[in-house]
Amino acid sequence: MSGRARAMQVETETSNLPFIYRQYEREQLLDALRKMHLIRRFEEGAEECYMRGLIHGTMHLSIGQEASAMGICMPLVNEDQITSTHRGHGHCIAKGADVKRMFAEFFGKTTGYCAGRGGSMHIADVSTGNLGANGIVGGGLPIAVGAALTAKRLRTGKVVVCFFGDGANNEGAFHEALNMAAIWKLPVVFVCENNGYGMSTSTARSTAVANVADRAAAYSMPGVIVDGNVLSDVAEASHDAVERARRGDGPTLIECKTYRYRGHSKSDRNRYRTKDEIDDWMTNRDPIKRYEAQLIEFGIATSDELEAIRNSVQQEIDAGIEFAKASPMPSIDGLADNVYTLEA
Amino acid sequence: MNAPVREISYSQAIQEAMAIAMESDERVILMGEDIGVYGGAFQVTGDLIDRFGPDRVMDTPISELGGAGVAVGAAVTGLRPIFEFQFSDFAALAMEQIVNQAAKMRYMLGGAVSVPLVMRFPAGSGTGAAAQHSQSLEAWLGHVPGLKVIQPATPHDVKGMLLAAVADPDPVMIFEHKLLYKMKGPVPEGHYTVPLNKAEVRREGHDVSIVATSIMVHKALEAAEVLAGEGVSAEVIDLRSIRPIDQETVIASVKKTSRLICVYEGVKTLGVGAEISAMIAESEAFDYLDAPILRLGGSETPIPYNPELEKAAVPQVPEIVDAARGLVRGVR
Repeated sequence: MSGRARAMQVETETSNLPFIYRQYEREQLLDALRKMHLIRRFEEGAEECYMRGLIHGTMHLSIGQEASAMGICMPLVNEDQITSTHRGHGHCIAKGADVKRMFAEFFGKTTGYCAGRGGSMHIADVSTGNLGANGIVGGGLPIAVGAALTAKRLRTGKVVVCFFGDGANNEGAFHEALNMAAIWKLPVVFVCENNGYGMSTSTARSTAVANVADRAAAYSMPGVIVDGNVLSDVAEASHDAVERARRGDGPTLIECKTYRYRGHSKSDRNRYRTKDEIDDWMTNRDPIKRYEAQLIEFGIATSDELEAIRNSVQQEIDAGIEFAKASPMPSIDGLADNVYTLEA
Repeated sequence: MNAPVREISYSQAIQEAMAIAMESDERVILMGEDIGVYGGAFQVTGDLIDRFGPDRVMDTPISELGGAGVAVGAAVTGLRPIFEFQFSDFAALAMEQIVNQAAKMRYMLGGAVSVPLVMRFPAGSGTGAAAQHSQSLEAWLGHVPGLKVIQPATPHDVKGMLLAAVADPDPVMIFEHKLLYKMKGPVPEGHYTVPLNKAEVRREGHDVSIVATSIMVHKALEAAEVLAGEGVSAEVIDLRSIRPIDQETVIASVKKTSRLICVYEGVKTLGVGAEISAMIAESEAFDYLDAPILRLGGSETPIPYNPELEKAAVPQVPEIVDAARGLVRGVR
């Protein structure tokens, strides 16, 4: 609020600036950058640990999609809730999770967010409103609508953001969920992170409409397309949708056009896209580079300050990995813990 | 315990339980297809919409997967939904949300959440509705850790178990045989609960134990009456819950009678009877057996339309009598 007030005072100088620079304080802008770095370094750290055999299973990395996770979460408060996806590390961090406990979860330790029972694909932090990643494509969509139903019925004022990928837009659950959110005017924001590929199958080959957001029309809700690699554009679309939801005007579908640099998962041979395509996104459209360039251009931070943020993020990552390594393994006796709430 | 007891039907007992739950807890809501002004396909919800309004007696679109998922999401975040499938067969459309989400969410999240969700499944054959509206699929869900799966057989039990289910912090799946809906029985007024994990001995006997579920409990009781006339004393156990199974009650009975027949409407192979049989084979009761264990289950076919074929597809009283008589007299 004070950011907006300040922006109004200096409206003549700032009115041409992109949304976030008018909406948020410097500290919030730098925190967003810090979290974007944290997401990327977390995933690079997790990948490294995986290569070294410290983490088993598989993981789905969102490197290249950081602006989408962060921009969407900027207008949210801690009590607002999200449902996330198998590519959900970024959502988890953007919503406020501690990377120490995320690493611990990936290491399968008791100190992890899911006590070592969920791993990467079920990472969650209910205390910051993250109801969990999901191993089923489209699985979180109706659940988010249910969370929004609770918010409306119990008048909690919460907004629910439902992240999903382009692959989910061809699941029946997507259509059923959007329809119900619309007929019941629920406070939910559907966010499609369209990275162009559902595993190996491009959206052009899988999806009958040019944009996932085009499908919003079928459910009488606004469909908004943004460059998912431009933090301010994502945050602005999210802000509008969250406000609309909080007013009681119902759901919005936002489509963030973005790209994942890594393969689908650890088994991906990357034979369905070209090196040129990947290089183009990495070189010319990287969300972190673009945001850093703006912060300098608009005089919000110096390159030394940005360097300091990167260094502090690296320290946090290193400490997180150390915490995970040092944490205890679950006892085998606890195999059946939490199958039920009240143990028999 | 001192509440007045009346004779009401199974479906009235369900409706009464839902009304009591909704009156005492604002978080309880009903969801399902045509449960509002229509009153539900079997009129179980009836006129509850007049008492509680459309926000708490919610008609969903014909979207079983999405509807089930909304119920899961609502349960995790603070509501206590009772979700009605119009027919248990339609659960096939919603298996993702039941099996991958509701059943596992607490475990996957290391105990950070609970899913206090009740799902109701009108089940079973005998209505002439043929293969897609007559199945008994409880064993599908009974296979999934994280769920509780019950099959109340009487008006008294369905009310008390439904009230226990609504109070339970975990997902409870209630399979209600459609032919039971009109059955009347004594039901106390007001609130009471029946445990979700206890079988009930419906008739004591010493020659053979008949473990039955849902409507088969009544067929087994009829058979026991016939058998008594022939000098065969059958003990009838109403299993009531298939996850968890009350092993103690079944084992104690088999140790007493030394003979076991399992009777259930679901397809015989890989069904509830297989589980009960294996459980006995693994238990100390095995040494007490004087005869092989028998299973009477649904035929290895879809449920047919023709009424005579339909009857032939599920166990009937004469078969239960024959099976018990044969076991006791050593003639098979």
